[in-house]
This record gives sequence, structure tokens and C-alpha cells, in this order.
Amino acid sequence: MQDRPVYLDNAAATRMDERVLDAMRPYFLDTYAVATSEFGYSQGIEARESLDDARESIAVSLGAGPEEFIFTSGSTESSNIALKGVAQALGKKKGKHIIVSKIEDFPVLNSAKALEKQGFRVTYLSVDGDGFIDLQELSDSISDKTILVSIQHANQEIGTIQDIDSIGRVCKEKGALFHSDTTHTFTRVPLDVRKTHADLVTVSAHTIHGPKGVGGLYIRSGTQIGKWIDGGFQEFNLRAGLENIPGAVGFAKAVELVTPEETLHLQAMRDHIIDRILDEIPDTTLNGHRWKRLPQNANITFHFIEGESITLHLDMRGFAVSTGSACFSRSLEGSHVIFGIGGDHERAHGSIRFTFGRYNTMKDVDTVVVAAAEIANELRSISPLSEK
Amino acid sequence: MKFPYSETVLEHFRHPRNVGKIENPDGKAMEGSPACGDMVSVQIKVDPAANTISDIKFESYGCASNIATGSIITELAKGKTLDEARKITWKDASEALGGLPKIKAHCSVLAIEGLRSAIRNYEERHGLVKEKVPTTKEVVQKRLKKVMNPLTGLDLVRTNLVKEIEMKDGDVRVVIDLPADHQFASALKEEILEKVEPLWDVKKAVVEFTE
Repeated sequence: MQDRPVYLDNAAATRMDERVLDAMRPYFLDTYAVATSEFGYSQGIEARESLDDARESIAVSLGAGPEEFIFTSGSTESSNIALKGVAQALGKKKGKHIIVSKIEDFPVLNSAKALEKQGFRVTYLSVDGDGFIDLQELSDSISDKTILVSIQHANQEIGTIQDIDSIGRVCKEKGALFHSDTTHTFTRVPLDVRKTHADLVTVSAHTIHGPKGVGGLYIRSGTQIGKWIDGGFQEFNLRAGLENIPGAVGFAKAVELVTPEETLHLQAMRDHIIDRILDEIPDTTLNGHRWKRLPQNANITFHFIEGESITLHLDMRGFAVSTGSACFSRSLEGSHVIFGIGGDHERAHGSIRFTFGRYNTMKDVDTVVVAAAEIANELRSISPLSEK
Repeated sequence: MKFPYSETVLEHFRHPRNVGKIENPDGKAMEGSPACGDMVSVQIKVDPAANTISDIKFESYGCASNIATGSIITELAKGKTLDEARKITWKDASEALGGLPKIKAHCSVLAIEGLRSAIRNYEERHGLVKEKVPTTKEVVQKRLKKVMNPLTGLDLVRTNLVKEIEMKDGDVRVVIDLPADHQFASALKEEILEKVEPLWDVKKAVVEFTE
């Protein structure tokens, strides 16, 4: 057992930074009023200004204007708005064709499937062994009926970073809107929506030590998109509902606190764990591209053994990680991402994802590698597949 | 700390009993679930005079419940007659383990299947099995009783999910009373095909859903 728990599932959720909590606190206890119009009462005007400031600082970090960024309840909602909002606005006017990659995260994938049921046609682009889409295939798939292309910036499981500059260019040339889910790259991998030609970008606070339940969607000025939630006129009349001001303020603070130095530290931990495991533990395979990958992500298959068993053993020793094994998932299906890169059940079965965050140290990496090596030995000694 | 399993499951997971292979086993089997990928191997040594299992070993390529069930059934089956051992159910194993999550039924039932198959393998090798029977609706239904409904931990037939079984010239069609986009639809489909396709006179098997 560790003297303290070691949390290595930062892609799923992160510990909130105390400084974020401090920034949010006054908006629960002091400035708790609704954000009023500029003709409201003073506490409401203060609330409004704080919301505007938060919006502006996040928008600027994306290279966008404040009028191009709306707050949502998180990346799931943001991606739902992007796909279904565009479908609603352009489905009748332009066409009913949408393109996504096979390895998108569930908000995009299942929004696309929901639209399929409503009569939209969806192309699911395949990816290569590292997880990259093929630009030519993308270009060939776009027709004059294609309203939206949704390709993630980086993959949630295997960490592979797509060439979204080129994807944005292809979409622009061919006249299709481009949405990118950047839940795992936002603030960690540079993105400027002007240079990248992204029309819609999903972001979230929960992956960068901000609060849960807050995310956002960049929507390029002039993009046609249907109203998402009916009610008042909040969020530029796209998403009604009382604004989550503490959340917005916390999100902005979380963005402000991410530094390039910290990201380099995450990357150093990533490289260290990949090198050590591949060197020291036999029959291990890295999933995803070795270099073009999220700075905070390592995903490794331990052959001949099963992921839920590995995670439980690690948990009993104080480490939290995740796996693409079917036994671990709510649907009892193996990771669609590992299958997407051409992996079989066996590859998904023993895949373990380690994701790092602000509160991890190099020592965490070293201790988890030692634990993983012992566990792999133990489980292989009872596996019918491994040679002993 | 909060773990997803009972103390007994964790104990068997940490220290599985009777792990390994038997030299010159009298009966052996390897069972696998294509849906979840788990596999379990069971090998037995039979005392022919008493018709009992004198030794039993297992190996697991699977999750915690798969490992724990493999371990517990070796304890439950050791010393039992073949008929007694064959009657050990998933429920018996689950009770002995202080309860298993229902959703884990399909990975843990493999060890039970493994034990039964190892006994069958022993009987086949010793000429104790009757002739091949032609596949009928009843045979298919019996096979489907081995597929677990992850919602309840009980089999598909008992939980009334099998709406229709059609058998015509070696073509089997099974209709499951769930929507095709149900959470477990594709996992179940794979499991059903795995159970039906190997029947000696089945040429093609399809699984359909009601919605």
C-alpha cells in the first residue's frame, strides 16, 4: 500500500485546485445573484461582469471572441449541441450527412447515432494502427450534403493527437463545418481556432483541475446552429437556464493556472512510464502513437492478462487507473478505440490507461511501475495463455 | 477503501486455490466468452472406482470474478462425485463467495461451464456419452440457458428475453426481446452465437432483436 493514494485517472476527472475553489467561493456566498442585464441591481451587475470576464478569458485562450463562446454543463453537452444543433439548423437546408471518426468519445459517437435514427447519414471514418484518420478518405467523404465533420483533437483512451490543422483546412475547402472535441487537449496542446479553422470546439473544466459540471463550446461567429435549451435568453439565446457563475469563474481560473512548464512535467512522467514499462515488463505494447500523443496519457496492453484484474490489484495497493477491458465497462464491450486501431479482444482486454495530472510526481510513476510489474507476474502465473 | 466485491471474492482473487495444470489429466476444458474475452481452463483427475474428482486445477485469463469463481469451484468440486460436481451452479458458487455482482454473471459462469465441460470431456474420452442428438428448438433453448442476462444475473430463458427460436434446415434464428441498440445487445449477440454455432448440425445462426 502507498502512504497516500496515487490517482492516475486524470483523463476521467481531476482533483480540483484549491485556488479554483477559492476563486469560486465568493460566487456561492457573496455574489450569488443572477447575472442581470446592465440595468439590474448592483449584485446582479457584479455577477454579470464576472461571468463576462470568465467567458472572455476562456475565449481568448482559444483565439476566439467572447461572443463566440458559451458555457455548458460539460463536454458531453457541448458535443451534443455541436452535432444536434448543426443538424437542426442545416439538416433541411443543406443536407443530412455527418462525418465522425470511429474512435470519437461517446458524446460525439452517440449523438451521431441518435441523428442516424432521425434520418441523417453518418460516415464513420476508420483510423490507422496509431489512431490517425486518413485525410484523403476524409476529403473523399465530404459531399455537398455534408453539414458537419466532427473529429476529436486527441483520443480519450490512446492519446493520439490528430492533425486538426489539416482536417480544418480540408473541411474549409470542401465547405463543411468542423467540430473538434478538445476535452483532453484544451490548454495542454496549443489550439488557435483562427489558425485551425475549427467552427465548433468542445472544452471542459473537469480535465484541468477545474470544477465538474462546467464546460463550454466555441461557436465561430455566423455558424448556423439550433437553439439547444428553451427558456430565457441566456448564453446568446442558445442555451437557456440560470448561469452557473461559480462554475464559469472556476473554469476560467483553472485555465489560467495551467502552465507550459506543468505540461512539460506531465510529458516527462508520460515518457518515463512508457519507457520503463516497455523496457522492464515483457509482453507489453503501447497503444497510440509514441510521440504525437497527449502529454498526460500512456496506454499500455499487458498481454495474457485482463485489465479489471490489473486495476483491482493496483487499487488494493492504492493506485487508481482505468482499462479498456470489457469487464470494466458498463456495456460489457471492449474498448471501441482499441478495436478501431485494429486491436483484437486480447489487446483491449489487457489495456491499462495511466493519465497524469498536477498532483502526480515522478515517484508515483516509479512506484506504479514496480507494482504493475509484480501484478503482471502474479496474474500471468495463473493465466492459461502465458508460457511459464 | 471501497472495493466492488465481497471480502471472500477478494480473498480468492488475491490467493486463488488450486491454480495450474494437472499432469495427464483425465478430463480438461477451456471455456471462453467472446463477448468479454475472459477464458478459464479446468482440468480434473478422476478416481474411477468412486467416480469422484480426486484432483482439480484451474487457470484464468479473466477479471476478478472469473478468477474467484474458478478458485471456489475447485474447492466445491474436489472430492465430489461427477454427478454432484456437474450439478454445481453459478448460484452455488456465488453464495460460497458471499455474492457476486449480477453484471459479472457471464464472466463467472465460465468456470462452472469449464467444470461441466471437463467432466464431459472425461466421459467422452472414456466412452461414457450417448449418441449425437439432432439440434431442435429445445436443444437451442438449453444452450441459451447458459447465456446470462447481465441485467439480472439469471439466464436469458428464465428472464423471458428469448422471444423466438426458429430452426430450419440447419439455420437457426434467435429473437431476443431487447432493442438492437440496448446497452448489452452486442455482447449478448456474441455470446449466443458462441453457444449455438458450434452445434454439430447448425450451418448458420443469426440473432435478431425486437426493436
